[in-house]
Amino acid sequence: MEGDRTVSSHITDTTFAPLTVCSELMRDLPGARIVATGYGRHLFARHWKCEVVTEIKAVAMGARALLPSCRTIIDVGGQDTKAITITAEGKLHKFAMNDKCAAGTGRFLEVMADALSFSREEFARKALSAVRAEKLSSMCTVFAESEVISLVARGSARQEIALGIHQAISSRILSLVKGVQIEDDILFAGGGALNACLRHLIEAGLDRKLHLPDQPQIAAALGCALHGDLH
Amino acid sequence: MWEKLGLDLDAHDALLEMLGQLYGQTFMSQRNRPKGMEYFDFVMSEVHGLRIKEIVDAKEEGRKVFGSFCVFVPEEIVLAVDGILVGLCAGAEFALDEAENLLPRNTCSLIKGAFGFTLSNVCPYIKAADMVIGENTCDGKKKSYEIFRDLVSDLYVMDMPQMKNEVDRDFLRHEYRRFAARVEELSGRKIEVDALRKAIGTVNAKRGAMHRLAGLRAADPAPISGLDALLANQVYFYDDPVRFTESSNQLCNEIEERIGKGEGVFDKGAPRILISGCPMAVPNWKLPTIIEGANAVIVGEESCVGERGTRHLTDDTGETVEQLIDNIVDRYFKIDCAVFTPNTVRLEHIVEMAKSYKADGVIHYGLQFCAPYQIEAGPVEKALEADNIPTLRIDTDYSMEDVEQIRTRVEAFIERLKG
Repeated sequence: MEGDRTVSSHITDTTFAPLTVCSELMRDLPGARIVATGYGRHLFARHWKCEVVTEIKAVAMGARALLPSCRTIIDVGGQDTKAITITAEGKLHKFAMNDKCAAGTGRFLEVMADALSFSREEFARKALSAVRAEKLSSMCTVFAESEVISLVARGSARQEIALGIHQAISSRILSLVKGVQIEDDILFAGGGALNACLRHLIEAGLDRKLHLPDQPQIAAALGCALHGDLH
Repeated sequence: MWEKLGLDLDAHDALLEMLGQLYGQTFMSQRNRPKGMEYFDFVMSEVHGLRIKEIVDAKEEGRKVFGSFCVFVPEEIVLAVDGILVGLCAGAEFALDEAENLLPRNTCSLIKGAFGFTLSNVCPYIKAADMVIGENTCDGKKKSYEIFRDLVSDLYVMDMPQMKNEVDRDFLRHEYRRFAARVEELSGRKIEVDALRKAIGTVNAKRGAMHRLAGLRAADPAPISGLDALLANQVYFYDDPVRFTESSNQLCNEIEERIGKGEGVFDKGAPRILISGCPMAVPNWKLPTIIEGANAVIVGEESCVGERGTRHLTDDTGETVEQLIDNIVDRYFKIDCAVFTPNTVRLEHIVEMAKSYKADGVIHYGLQFCAPYQIEAGPVEKALEADNIPTLRIDTDYSMEDVEQIRTRVEAFIERLKG
């Protein structure tokens, strides 16, 4: 970043060899000030000089920069789903996260899209087009996958299963979000925010509008960059 | 000695190796520990060694050994017949598969741990115990004792009240008298008033040393880590009470000197955390290791292995055994365990502790499937936040699979405390 302006951003999978991926990314950034976040933050910090912040604080700072009136963040990432509130002054306040399993996370959506042989984008679009939904009873990724396979075997329509999956995950996210005291404005961050069906269901469930930033999946990275600027 | 106790030697060796490694990583790597902790390191290194030998020797002299899982078992009554009360092993996931053969998977780790240690024949304390005392606190324990009965030589179950009305106090008195009679029967000794008064004094002194240690932790910089203070609270359940009291007081003397010199184990101003909730039995150091690894210091434990277990002394005035037992009942009846309803006094204690030890926030530790504490956690969190005490709820078990998720939450909570 230069001041408030994002000069460049890059999204890549961490893969099974995150340090190798990081080395490649770092090659283009000699001497840059770095702030690390996410599950690999401490691993990264053992190899490069950097500051470390949690993704919770990072996304809170990023959200505030993207939407200065933001008081609540819903962040649906790959491994975790979070509901975070920030004070009027912009300080991190309460947060709630999914339990240790993948239920209610982006990973759940990915596994379910694969089970139905949908691309990510098609998955949300088809779900939105369904007029009724197949009800999914399990929120466990492993059990839900077999439930989806049973529904397919029973001849249920793909888009109706897709909508059922989206309803199941959004009800899980909604109960998490309702566990913190939400206040407007609400920003939807993380890769899950790119899913139009999920956005629609959460907005309907909360009866509030969600603000969708450009590139919601790098809100935490933006927060890190701003943190590096301040410290 | 081990074979005589009926231990599985290979499994026991494996347990000791695991314990030794974990202990080294968790405790010995800490900076600038008080010298007085060497005693507790020694006790821990000999927890399956010299201490067991002492207990076995005492048995040979005719003393009786009582094993317990709960702070509601009155040590005073055991000491009054020259008996030994020890806390039993329940702090790790050991022989989980065997435990889950007897118990549903959704049973809390503490109960599964006790079963695992017992089934795999690795807990010398259970083996050495002439009597194991169960207590009907939560439903999980109450029902599992029905199965546990077949695994130990002599299980005695103490019933427990669930409310704090006068009728409940009478009920506890009845149960403590019944227990005293059983202890007399097993030991072949009558409880005499002087011996009981002396026992009250011994236990009061032990609790007094813990109160002293707790008070010293209010200092900033923190003169002792939360891990070390927890360790002292854990050793409390295993060690000879008089020796433990002396060693703890010596530790406190050293800590007082440290405070006088402004010395500490964390930087001055490090975020200060009060832990509240379920007990942490040896070697359950998972959450404290994460918290202190993130450079916050734990300044108190609102827990059975901590202040819930040691709060309040027993009045030792009284002319008869009955009067002294009444005093014991009055003291234990105040314990604010979440099995009681309502249990609002616990919230008052958490707030009081947070203020006295100058905690910046509270981390509520709930064991998965522990309904009493997990259910109480919600209202506790709400009330603390309303009182401007930041609170984080962590529900977990003994497994290590969620360590990184917990680390993220704890570090984010510390970021919140720093503002």
